[in-house]
Amino acid sequence: MAINKVFGSCDDVVADIFDGATIMIGGFGSFGGLPVNLIVALVNQGAKGLTIIANAGGVGFELSKRIKPEGYQDIGILFEKGQVKKFIGSMPALGGMPPTSPLEGLYNEGKVEIEMVPQGTLAERIRSGAGGLGGFYTPIGVGTIVESGKEKKIIDGKEYILELPLTADFALIKAHKADTLGNLVYRGTARCFNPIMAMAAKITVVEVDKRVEIGELDPEVIITPHVYVSRIVEAP
Amino acid sequence: MKMHLDEQTIALRATKEFEDGSAVNLGYGMPVLCANFILEERRIFFQSENGVLGYSGLATDEEKDFDLINASDQPVIPAAGMCFFDSAASFDMIRGGHIDIVVLGAYQVSERGDLANWGRPGRPATGMGGGMDLAVGARKTIVTMLHSSKDGKPRIVKKCTYPLTAKHCVSMIFTDIAVMQITERGILLREVAPGWTAEEIQALTEPQMIIADDLKEIEI
Repeated sequence: MAINKVFGSCDDVVADIFDGATIMIGGFGSFGGLPVNLIVALVNQGAKGLTIIANAGGVGFELSKRIKPEGYQDIGILFEKGQVKKFIGSMPALGGMPPTSPLEGLYNEGKVEIEMVPQGTLAERIRSGAGGLGGFYTPIGVGTIVESGKEKKIIDGKEYILELPLTADFALIKAHKADTLGNLVYRGTARCFNPIMAMAAKITVVEVDKRVEIGELDPEVIITPHVYVSRIVEAP
Repeated sequence: MKMHLDEQTIALRATKEFEDGSAVNLGYGMPVLCANFILEERRIFFQSENGVLGYSGLATDEEKDFDLINASDQPVIPAAGMCFFDSAASFDMIRGGHIDIVVLGAYQVSERGDLANWGRPGRPATGMGGGMDLAVGARKTIVTMLHSSKDGKPRIVKKCTYPLTAKHCVSMIFTDIAVMQITERGILLREVAPGWTAEEIQALTEPQMIIADDLKEIEI
């Protein structure tokens, strides 16, 4: 008998997130693929001193109305509530948005640290962490501020920099469907960072649109095998 | 009468570089407008960093499906043969040289093809997103931009002063007044907007340009 991974509420799946935890949060930047209900649950739970690894730093509820008229909570609220000490990602703030996102404001006041990572390097660092590798050499960032402090290597006459793996205590991700074992399928471009983050954390929590029974998902189209998934909750 | 091409027209001119069957990624801002100008006789496979290849153009916001968007958060129209993949696979595609063309915006481009397109004064938290990966990884990097800054300074410069995206990556530049190619010898001015002379373009361009023997007016 497999361990029961199905939880009844978003509050329950984030209850043991501890102060100082490193958390990967899936999605890309806007609403699609973002585990909105898990983010709100993490705010209510109140853990502090967090390191957040995510592609984008969020824009906060007010600016989110530019994306979705009724608005939604994104990663921005974790900064507003003072829960985060460090952000690792490729788009802490969006150049196309006014400079009023919660993360950008805190960063300008020196209240939060940012590690800026090119998006493909971010994805690959997560995949390295997921797959037990010690890092990789990439040409991305050579000759820019990204190379500062990093080991360089010439391979076949081309210059590369060493990038190190990323792992996390928790990953909060969004999928379209999960079976009760934790096999996941995604929908459209909402896949993005979710499958690789699912693989790189000690505890992976998934928010799904729909939970189905074992056997209902076609094995040929499962993207995330259940071994990576710890907890499943259906979005309210 | 000197004409400044509008953003739509600059994007339209850039799309003439897309060969039938090519995989093309469009950056934030003016570049995404290119998706609206593909003629029926060409099939272009638009790729977006968030994990889609083969969407057919931009949709209206009215029927926005948040699970079918490009990296600029715009809803896109599905097309037969379209496929989805995760972010790591998306950047394998980009970094590994499997994308034929990327069109990016720019704050500055240098005469050697260095690109600065993500960081600007007063916004230290603005990130590079996938720009570095795209500029280095795509087989051809082209830029659409306005020729001068809002305060009239050249944006095509000898050396970039804004934070670099990548070195020696840009091969063509499309602006509101010119089409230029980055060559081993420097910037080659190939086309000018209606009403402009090469000398007038040079006055707004920091590095000394080479004028193409067959310099012509931009066809729109």
